[in-house]
Amino acid sequence: MTRFLQRWTVFAGLVAVWQLLGWLADDPFFPPPSAILAAAWEWWVLEPANFFDHVVPSVERLLGGWALASVIGVSLGLLLGRSDRAMEYAGPLLVFLRSIPPPALVPVFLLLFRGGTSMQLATIVFGVIWPVLLNSVDGARSVDVTKVDTSAVFQIPRWQWVLGVVLPAASPKIFAGLRVSLSLSLVLMVISELVGTDNGIGSQLMQAQREFDYTRMWAGIVLLGVLGYGLNTALLAVERRVLAWQPRSRDEQHA
Amino acid sequence: MRAFTRGLLGIAGFLALWELLGRSPLLPADSLPPPSVVFGELVTQLTSPSFLSHVVATVLAVLIAIVIAVAIAVPSGLVLGSVPAVRHATRAVIEFLRPIPSVALIPLALVMLGFGPETKITLAVYAALWPILFNTIYALDELDPLLVDTARVFGTGRFGVLFRVALPSALPFVLTGIRLAATTALIVMVSVELMAGSQIGLGYFIMEGRSGPGRMDQVLVGTVVAGAIGVLLNSGLERVRRRWVAW
Repeated sequence: MTRFLQRWTVFAGLVAVWQLLGWLADDPFFPPPSAILAAAWEWWVLEPANFFDHVVPSVERLLGGWALASVIGVSLGLLLGRSDRAMEYAGPLLVFLRSIPPPALVPVFLLLFRGGTSMQLATIVFGVIWPVLLNSVDGARSVDVTKVDTSAVFQIPRWQWVLGVVLPAASPKIFAGLRVSLSLSLVLMVISELVGTDNGIGSQLMQAQREFDYTRMWAGIVLLGVLGYGLNTALLAVERRVLAWQPRSRDEQHA
Repeated sequence: MRAFTRGLLGIAGFLALWELLGRSPLLPADSLPPPSVVFGELVTQLTSPSFLSHVVATVLAVLIAIVIAVAIAVPSGLVLGSVPAVRHATRAVIEFLRPIPSVALIPLALVMLGFGPETKITLAVYAALWPILFNTIYALDELDPLLVDTARVFGTGRFGVLFRVALPSALPFVLTGIRLAATTALIVMVSVELMAGSQIGLGYFIMEGRSGPGRMDQVLVGTVVAGAIGVLLNSGLERVRRRWVAW
């Protein structure tokens, strides 16, 4: 409890200092938090259309792209991870593809998918699949030898082997990958909206900047921060529940 | 060696698939130039001084960003990792700042810093800070208490422990953080160049290829070169880690 107080006090203190400085300096680039909150209230709550036409589709694309990348990444990763031969064929290619900055492919996707939601999904999927895929490969490789042998002896069916043995063994690593790619999805969602469309949080940010409306711009930035924080916290809660059977991992203590 | 051949085969298979797709009538014409065209263009571009200056500009900016990020993140990580009070106090602030995507800050940075290289370097530093900072903190957590106690018994002071015991044992983690940060910095750099209309850099080259007549082959040349830089950065830093931190 004291720790909770400690950390939120500092947070509140910083916001208060910002508020004071914002008032004193009266700089249009740095509006005080109260002005930002007021702008956010006016923008998204008083005009719900803005919220439903921009914020909701953005979040949908983010989650959709992330879910798609997770499904593809986990299934491909488990397959590749259980076969050394397949990994030898695919390894160097994966290393190269992973290094490509996904925004560089936005022009290609724009032409291929003729803009719109599918282009944004493609950008998100291409950008966030690598952490999931590579972590699943690692996870699938780390299955305990005893478990492998036991399953072989009992000749359990193929689907049980994958879902009942490999997937649980790989799940801590998979979750680590999922978390990285969730925060990456947020980045790529913004990027794909800065170019591709006229709706979404990213395009609203750009528009606010073009209209020199810095208070709204800050509101957008704060919204993205809140969104990132919320998504990460939600995934952590899920992870804690799903992995409750695991001995408490060290990673969790920092999370 | 056989693994190496298989890797090459994998890449060859991918290129063949791309060639087929690029030439097939399924896709709109010129939207995906096949690799044979792209590699021809790559050779032409690699001999052109203007393309090389774009590449150099991006690579230099990435390196500067990494150096600045290390200079900020490693000392802060040491403080946060060794003084629990500071760490708990700043945790909410850090947890809130970290998820703000650096690209969301593009409009802000453009307004404050203009269209010069400062903007892209600042944004890349912001993105590169986090992996280094967190890896430094984690590394201090993993520090073997036995080592610390031993050093203490021999009369080493708090700072002595920090620099002679904690830092060396944290170094491998820190280097891994730097490797992750380098890839992130490259991605942010290219995106900022691509979107914020800088005057030079790989991202700008891609942007130019996209606009006007739409030279998709040039877009892909830029993309391939950016990927190659990423691979080189990554494997270079991995090699550094293996050589220097072999203990």
